[in-house]
Amino acid sequence: MAVPLSYSWRNLVTRRLTTTLTAGGMALVVFVFTATLMLAEGLRQTLVSTGSPGNVIVLRKGSETEVQSGLERVQASAMTARAEIAPGSDGRPLAAREMVVLIGLTKKSTGKTSNVVIRGIEPASLALRGQVRLISGRAPQPGTPEIMVGKAVAKGFTGAEIGQSLRFGKRDWPIVGVFDAGSTGFSSEIWGDADQLMPAFGRNAYSIVVAGLREPGLFESFKEAVEADPRLQAEVWRETRYYEKQSDMMRKFLTVLGVSLTLIFSLGAMIGAMITMYASVAGRVAEIGTLRAIGFTRGAVLAAFLAESTLLGLIGGLAGVGLAAGLSFLTFSTTNFQTFSELAFRFTLAPWIVVLSLAFSLFMGVVGGFLPALRASRLGIVEALREG
Amino acid sequence: MLLLRLILLNAFRHRLRAVLTIVGVAVALTAFGLLRTVLDAWHAGVEASSANRLVTRNAVSLTQPLPFAYKGRIRQVTGVDIVAAGGWFGGVYLDEKNFFPNFAVEADDFFKLYPELIVSPEEQKAFLSDRKAAIIGRKLAERFHWRIGDTVTLRGTIYPGQWPMTIRAIYKGARPDTDETVLYFHYGYLDETMKKRAPTRAGQVGFFMIGIRDATRAAEISKDIDALFHNSQAETLTETERAFQLGFVAMSEAILLAITAVSYVVIAIILAVAANTMAMSARERLGEFAVLKTLGFGAPALAGMLLAESLLLALAGTALAMAVLPPLAKGFAVGLAQYFPIFFVSPTTIMLQAAFGLAVGVLAAAVPAWRVAAVRIADAFRRIG
Repeated sequence: MAVPLSYSWRNLVTRRLTTTLTAGGMALVVFVFTATLMLAEGLRQTLVSTGSPGNVIVLRKGSETEVQSGLERVQASAMTARAEIAPGSDGRPLAAREMVVLIGLTKKSTGKTSNVVIRGIEPASLALRGQVRLISGRAPQPGTPEIMVGKAVAKGFTGAEIGQSLRFGKRDWPIVGVFDAGSTGFSSEIWGDADQLMPAFGRNAYSIVVAGLREPGLFESFKEAVEADPRLQAEVWRETRYYEKQSDMMRKFLTVLGVSLTLIFSLGAMIGAMITMYASVAGRVAEIGTLRAIGFTRGAVLAAFLAESTLLGLIGGLAGVGLAAGLSFLTFSTTNFQTFSELAFRFTLAPWIVVLSLAFSLFMGVVGGFLPALRASRLGIVEALREG
Repeated sequence: MLLLRLILLNAFRHRLRAVLTIVGVAVALTAFGLLRTVLDAWHAGVEASSANRLVTRNAVSLTQPLPFAYKGRIRQVTGVDIVAAGGWFGGVYLDEKNFFPNFAVEADDFFKLYPELIVSPEEQKAFLSDRKAAIIGRKLAERFHWRIGDTVTLRGTIYPGQWPMTIRAIYKGARPDTDETVLYFHYGYLDETMKKRAPTRAGQVGFFMIGIRDATRAAEISKDIDALFHNSQAETLTETERAFQLGFVAMSEAILLAITAVSYVVIAIILAVAANTMAMSARERLGEFAVLKTLGFGAPALAGMLLAESLLLALAGTALAMAVLPPLAKGFAVGLAQYFPIFFVSPTTIMLQAAFGLAVGVLAAAVPAWRVAAVRIADAFRRIG
């Protein structure tokens, strides 16, 4: 026969202030834990959604990022003619040779310079990136030095609003449009005509080729053909996989830092729970004696007190996850040190993070409450009743 | 002597509570120390900068090259002492997980600019006289068990192909914050190879490291250098090495600062809870203090006893934190080796830990001590009933 759960619950409610403080401490620890995991997940999801499942990306062999990559004009053009590539609406192959470089701009929030991706595009680029939508102004005219900027760039950097212009490569580049690419990496980029941008950066090679396949299943044959050609010296990736890889380093860093910090903090929170529960046991010695006298077993008493501290942990966990969920509306912009360029992403709460955070808080409750519960269950009946 | 015993016994009257308090203080201070060490590691490159070095790079961004030909013109600027061209090579050893920084530099001048990289004369000679030689830091050598004479092949990510080189020298850092995880090899080797493989990309460098004689003229010299190339195809941006490193740090600091801010709040709360626990135990014993007052102990003596008690607990926690931090930091350094080449607990961090521990002890004793001193004996006895 177990002690009803409501007994444990009512004990927590009675000592409202102590309960709030203890659970509050746990909530903060869970909050830090959840928030760092949300950051790492937001980064991953942003990069994953940057790629489209039907697209392939071709880089120079051995390059880890678009910025490091380089494909000579002749080679880049040779790839776009392959049969696996779908035709676009204009009947030409749905493939774009793009140039990707970094340009230093000043961040509004800090006044410091950060690197932003500037992408030289071809007409097919827009068709290949379905996520990109113009939200104000217009797309740059091919053959002119006009550029358009992603939403996060317009918002986060000085001098990057519509109507202003950037200066590099001895000329001015008027910003004629702002585009929104949802929560993808493109929202943190600047786009212009590849043929205009390449001479400005003294480049005579493209960085990458992006192509849409007739069907996803053709990926293998395209990859084999391109990678086997010794003249091309290229490697082929599914666009989704390529972009996801760009988040590896940062994700590992955030996870290691966040998890190890919160593990240390959780010690503090567990101690808080322990102090609270010990005090709770000490104040209810007579009550425990009564429970035992009317026939509840030691195990039942142990379970009742353990339930109490577990509930404490759960309250803390729910509050912590709730607080962290509020961060979902915040956008965070920082340099991804793998690609060395600025990227805006959101705190993203995935179901697995909720589960993990709550498990973490329950664990804290159980560990913090175990010793006090053990003590409660081992009180002698007679001595305990005498205390009352 | 008797007083000491009394203090000790009182401090550990509730053995469990005392232990929990000590651990609580230790946890908070350990977390604080670890966070500060992470922040220090983040700024290590800035701290290791010299005021006598400038960096010239392409004004567009660090990833854009500059013509090697700029070197001669920069050297003629008044106040410039040494110019060494170099570039981020970004090579990968076997697998990208084995990340370490590697640069192609004009070694002769570069090592004159960096006296903190200590190499034995014979190794230096061997390195300088072999075109395909590399010099590596002590920690890097330990990490991959590389020895002098080993051939290491880097896979180029920016400069395509395989790049075999022979390790001819291993440098040590003169200061604790010198990065010992870097590989340097000859810019000449890179450039000659590029001439053959991709002639259009030869004759380009990533940056010029510049040594100046008079650090106070840094701003002026930087301006003079940038003026030389104003309105050219590749405009330059020259800044002190410190500013250059700070720029790096600032780019990705936002995340770290956010985590730190929240963490400091958590730490403060843990400390407050610990202090409250100590104060609580003093409050419970008001009656006992009244007895001591009756016996003729003055307020200062009682306050001193209380202070000694809470300091005993707080400092025990602090000592525990100081003992735990270095091994913990070592574990961290291994786990995050590729992000933080330099990860050690600075003396300032240890000092701050001690200061906070002391502050918690004093604050926890302050309120109860004041109450004990102020309370009238009769009132205190009345509380007992």
